[in-house]
Amino acid sequence: MNFGYPVLTLLIAFPVFAACGLFFLRSPQVVRMFTFAVSIVELLLAVPLFGYTPNADFQFVEKIDWVHQWGLQYYLGVDGISILMVWLTLAVLPLCVMCSWTYIGKRVKEFHFCLLFMTSAVLGVFCALDLVLFYVFWEAMLIPMYLLIAVWGGDDRKYASIKFFLYTLAGSTLLLAAIVAFRITGGTFSIPDLMQQNFSFRFQFWAFLAMALAFAIKVPMFPFHTWLPAAHVQAPSAGSVILAAVLLKMGTYGFLRFCLPLTPAASEYFAPMMIAISIASILYGGAIALGQTDIKKLVAYSSVGHMGFVTLGIFLFNQRGVEGALFQMLNHGIVTGALFMMIGAVYERSHSRDIAKNMGLGKYLPAFMFFWGFMALASFGFPGTNGFVGEILVFVGAFQQSTILGFLLVPGALLAAAYMFRVSLKMAWGKPSTAKAWRDLNAREWVYLTVPAVFVLWIGLAPAPFFNIIDPSIKNLLGDFEKRKVAHLETEQPMQTAAGDLFRAVAVKQ
Amino acid sequence: MNFNLSLIVPEFYYLCLVIALMIQSLGSREWKPLVEKWIPFGAGLGFFVTIAGFGLHGTMFWDVYKVDMMSQFFKIAIAFGFFVTSINAARQSTLDEGKRSDYYMMLGFSTLGLMILSSCVELVTIYLALELASYSLYATIPLRAKSKGAAEAGLKYIMFGAVATALSLYGLSYIMASQHTTFIAELATKNWHFADNPMAVAGLCLFLGGMFFKLALFPFHFWCPDVYQGASNETAAFVATLPKMGAVIILVRMAAFIKPGLEVTTLLAVLGACSMTYGNLAALAQKDIKRLLGFSSVAHAGYIMVGLVSGTPEGLAAAAFYALAYLVMNLLVFWIVSRIAVDGRNLLLSDLNGLYKKAPVLAFSLAAGAFALVGLPPTMGFMGKFFLITSAWDHGYNWLVITLVVNSAIAIYYYLSLFRHAFTEDATPELTPDPDTSWYASVGAGMLAATVLVIGILPAPLFNFAIAAGNSLFGIVATGH
Repeated sequence: MNFGYPVLTLLIAFPVFAACGLFFLRSPQVVRMFTFAVSIVELLLAVPLFGYTPNADFQFVEKIDWVHQWGLQYYLGVDGISILMVWLTLAVLPLCVMCSWTYIGKRVKEFHFCLLFMTSAVLGVFCALDLVLFYVFWEAMLIPMYLLIAVWGGDDRKYASIKFFLYTLAGSTLLLAAIVAFRITGGTFSIPDLMQQNFSFRFQFWAFLAMALAFAIKVPMFPFHTWLPAAHVQAPSAGSVILAAVLLKMGTYGFLRFCLPLTPAASEYFAPMMIAISIASILYGGAIALGQTDIKKLVAYSSVGHMGFVTLGIFLFNQRGVEGALFQMLNHGIVTGALFMMIGAVYERSHSRDIAKNMGLGKYLPAFMFFWGFMALASFGFPGTNGFVGEILVFVGAFQQSTILGFLLVPGALLAAAYMFRVSLKMAWGKPSTAKAWRDLNAREWVYLTVPAVFVLWIGLAPAPFFNIIDPSIKNLLGDFEKRKVAHLETEQPMQTAAGDLFRAVAVKQ
Repeated sequence: MNFNLSLIVPEFYYLCLVIALMIQSLGSREWKPLVEKWIPFGAGLGFFVTIAGFGLHGTMFWDVYKVDMMSQFFKIAIAFGFFVTSINAARQSTLDEGKRSDYYMMLGFSTLGLMILSSCVELVTIYLALELASYSLYATIPLRAKSKGAAEAGLKYIMFGAVATALSLYGLSYIMASQHTTFIAELATKNWHFADNPMAVAGLCLFLGGMFFKLALFPFHFWCPDVYQGASNETAAFVATLPKMGAVIILVRMAAFIKPGLEVTTLLAVLGACSMTYGNLAALAQKDIKRLLGFSSVAHAGYIMVGLVSGTPEGLAAAAFYALAYLVMNLLVFWIVSRIAVDGRNLLLSDLNGLYKKAPVLAFSLAAGAFALVGLPPTMGFMGKFFLITSAWDHGYNWLVITLVVNSAIAIYYYLSLFRHAFTEDATPELTPDPDTSWYASVGAGMLAATVLVIGILPAPLFNFAIAAGNSLFGIVATGH
């Protein structure tokens, strides 16, 4: 498709260039207006994306040689898996600007610079079709996110920001090694080309582990999740929104884009482990969320649980499961993003995130409480909301796979209802401490909460258009996966091969 | 002896420059113009002269002196380094007034030695050039007014340097005795298996020891943090960058015959792994920025080994490219350190607090430098590291590549703390003078940061140059000429 100009490049480049414009502005209010205008223009620039035709091909492709000697390319494109994430990223930006309108008081210019820079980097991650380009964008988003937490965060920001940075970068260094290994073995960095190739199981085994570590840290999955609550609690609300709505999706997107198509046999081999970890994430995240007194921490742990549903859906390898996973990614972005914005809004009134300090809002802030209740329902998958669509699909997929697996999910869903009810009931009808003097939502807050609410209902009631977009790509992905996952486990003897590799490496070292 | 002046125009230029400096240092102290006034122009012109000579190639002096792509690549790097360090030293506050022209003369001599070194293809010549480059540096390190630490650092550098050179010379005698030649091109055709030729391999290891000392590779690194700490910031900027170029060029030339699988190659790989791990772990605990950079350069020396052991033209090109990246990144960080410490003191990490407010340009440039040293895209450091990994993968040293990536993860912490102090910590009211925020400071930092970023985004032209250089080296080795 040709619009006469490179749509994706423009989408990626515009926020960065606009961000440079911020340095010429003085008053904080002008900076906010400017960034908001930029975010709207960015949305308008994305209008050609409506021309996306629902099929399995990569579209809006751009390809330029970058470093010819090493086969590096500037290679962009979107398909059904990434386009929804691109839209989500674009939509989150103006909401972030609005929800930090009064929340951010210091170094406003730099804050908005970070927001715009981050948007560019994240869009790049979702559009890149060259492994190195992907890695460049993947790392580029670290610094602004680090700054968002480290400069505008809460009291414990130093600890949280360093933990975030170290965890993510430590995971992605091995990803770089895997990328290089793909290039040497497969001869190219281009993801669509690599998807056509069959790698030996021994290679897939290690490549999968290296990539899965990076993505599992990003998602985050159960044993690697500890950076998330720290980062979420300390981050300013816009930071939390981006983190929850977009950054976590990069991990699951990585699983879909790299692990399944590039290392199908290893994905199949490791699926039981990934499913077990996903279920552990769901149950563990839910159980811990049940015990939190800090609202933000509660929602952060609920994210661990929700993302567990996503990874579970991915590693079921059936149509319903992966559809559910994609929907859950989108839904989690919308709902959790909205919840974090509301926590930010109520924090501006109470200056506390304790449940005990934010009780009885049903009487004094009815509009706020309406949105909160609505999002809470969507969060645990009440029928009619988007959460239901995603969760039911994962359930169906899980039951297709095995009945026991399906039943293991039930307590997870129950836990989600339990912790959401607990916090919502207290916030609505608990004994108010200081809520009497607070003002209910103002116009700005109405706007930024209505937008996600509309999508909650839209996806909940009429998900068909979204299915049309994602289905061809998922069918293609799974069909391809079925064809190429053939691994002769009996002859390959994965564990022995792996152990052999390790010992050889040690032997060579001596 | 086929002498051809047109081949050595850059070297000749630097010789003239050094002689001019020598005359000025002999003359009266009141001579005008002052050395700081003209040396940046002299060095800048030298940089252009060297660039102009990039296409030269030929051999001289009975083939001991070879001008080729690789030597010109490194000469350009060295000339750039001298240009930046001489501008950097122009406002040095801890240098005695009367010693200024002597100081520049020493640096100039060292640069000249390194430039000659880049073209040497014979072991005795290498040794002589190395001595020329080292001796003048031994004298510069203690030139920090009233600092006992500088004297100590100078002494350490001489002692370590003398021992390393002695070892190297001793190794040279072994190589000569067992292989009956000292020409690298002929050595390349010999057998380097330990089982067949133990004396030559032992000699080679000892000879390489001298290079490792220059490069501060583990276990020859002990001088590095101490000398950085003791020497003045500006001198440290020179010591940290240029001599390493000299060591890398020799290693690159010799690596053309160090094939993967040889004992020497494995030794290089193991030392590289130890070097990066030790350097990074030790840097984690540092508070003094120059010590931190010292240990970081120990780690970077280890990274360069990754390219050398791969035994391919790409590997050598990647090592050369990384050496250049290392040079630019360190010049950038040292530039900022020198500008913040206007009174010439040693900086602690906490001295960076609130830098973003006091000197935003310096802070941004520091961020570019620190993240380039980590190897984050889109900087030169990332591209360098990426090329190293790609060239070394599947050449028998995959464990070294894994060690490298794991090490980058360790390294983040201390580089991040540079960034963290500059950007997220608030300034504590202190009695230390404010950083230099003049045009001179900002433009220098901005240009260097821009170099780091632009080459990071568009590495192709420079890298193709390095590849061509690597290929030429291999072509020569293959024909045994």
